[in-house]
Amino acid sequence: MQKYSIFNLVKNAFSNHQNWDLAWKDPEPKEEYDVVIIGGGGHGLATAYYLAKEHKITKVAIIEKGWIGGGNVGRNTTIIRSNYMYDENGLFSEFGMDLWRKMSQDLNYNVMFSPRGIINLAHSDAQMNAYARRGNSMRLNGIDAVLLNREQVKEIIPMADFSENVRFPIFGGLMQPSAGTARHDAVAWGYARQADDMGVDIIQNCEVIGFDVSAGKINGIRTSRGNIKAKKVGLCVAGSTNILAEKLNMTLPIETHLLQACVSEPVKPVLDSVVTFGAGHFYISQSDKGEMVMGGDLDGYNSYAQRGNLPTLQHVLTEGIAMMPFLSKLKMLRTWGGIMDMSMDGSPIIDKTHIDGLYLNCGWCYGGFKATPASGWTFAHTIAQDRVHELNAGYSLNRFNTGHLIDEKGLGTKTWIS
Amino acid sequence: MLYIKCPHCGMRPQIEFSYGGDASVKRPELNKEISDQEWDNFVYNRKSLRGKHLELWQHISGCRQWIKVERDTATHEIFKTFKAEEEVA
Repeated sequence: MQKYSIFNLVKNAFSNHQNWDLAWKDPEPKEEYDVVIIGGGGHGLATAYYLAKEHKITKVAIIEKGWIGGGNVGRNTTIIRSNYMYDENGLFSEFGMDLWRKMSQDLNYNVMFSPRGIINLAHSDAQMNAYARRGNSMRLNGIDAVLLNREQVKEIIPMADFSENVRFPIFGGLMQPSAGTARHDAVAWGYARQADDMGVDIIQNCEVIGFDVSAGKINGIRTSRGNIKAKKVGLCVAGSTNILAEKLNMTLPIETHLLQACVSEPVKPVLDSVVTFGAGHFYISQSDKGEMVMGGDLDGYNSYAQRGNLPTLQHVLTEGIAMMPFLSKLKMLRTWGGIMDMSMDGSPIIDKTHIDGLYLNCGWCYGGFKATPASGWTFAHTIAQDRVHELNAGYSLNRFNTGHLIDEKGLGTKTWIS
Repeated sequence: MLYIKCPHCGMRPQIEFSYGGDASVKRPELNKEISDQEWDNFVYNRKSLRGKHLELWQHISGCRQWIKVERDTATHEIFKTFKAEEEVA
């Protein structure tokens, strides 16, 4: 594979960049694979990459209905963090933070990882206490956390509303300095390019229409481009999980919901960290191009539409303007939506299933992007070794049966209904 | 904006309603032995259909009645609405 480097960049400049290799091939599906990964998003591509790299399993195909990176890995707000209180989430995400830090070198692809810090704002004494507790839990797990008072927050984000008579005054916040953002498309493309180079077949425009299961064991899949035999099959399809589960006669603790995000027109640098509003659900960062990248609540009803409605957007941006009044002067550039696999406790599932050779990776709710490397790494381990890794042992499918929920937000079931 | 025809009040904008999830989910009968699996199915497991979906909404900023809505989860088209107690085939 052609290495991406300054020397190759200069060399290719002499031929007007016409002679670069294709980043990945477009193969016809083979008759049989050791592992088939369904879903060519960030998690699926990362899983294939780690299967090849860590477990030397290269007879692998990624089956993607549309084009790779066209789903949620291209639709998120690019936030990367590990500011979780519970051990399962904290240790898993912090393992991922390490992979994020090395990713550009590891993949020889600039994913523009920018550890600019995330601040969760607090608007009451009670919320400050809760953040102190969460920060302490994070630090016990080796994750960086700093509790900021009002003055310290003001130094970092002076453009927020610090006036006295606001409905939700800023009391302080919890900061994870090592959190940040990354270029989301580059993550998908970087994993795809390396996986392809190690022998993984990336098969796009290929829809899964059924599964070949006999005697409790998976034998292969049926697709719009023919049947494919497989010893093992991994599902990495986020918002389409329930559609495939139905074909497997499985009912999962997942509902598919719509989440919107939006960007403003590009403006000069004003915000150099990620900030979340503590009195509602709103988060914001500024992209390298200068756009303010914003998101918040789900639309709130089951949806596979990949496009949202205005009432939620208006609600979310009202919170944004309450937090940072200057946003009201900006024009909206783009809005879009993605469909989320909302699990019933707000935490993901990476596990084996009752069908031998079938593995499940779903339930990422709003937090799938930051988990991309850790999810791929642990899912690859689970598939290759046919057993869960200690990092994803808590993300079991039967925890809803045994009561071992990982209820990070303390909201119980149906976290999207507030 | 969705427009939902409340069977009690008529056509109203979506912001007057709050969502209540899949209407086909039935709570297991009281005072009857049930398995953990049945309870799981009631509390956690959902089909989350793509296409025609019968769901509960509450007209929270109107008559406050719970209603059933038949809606397409892929196009958001609303086909029909029912009173909560109506049985829908």
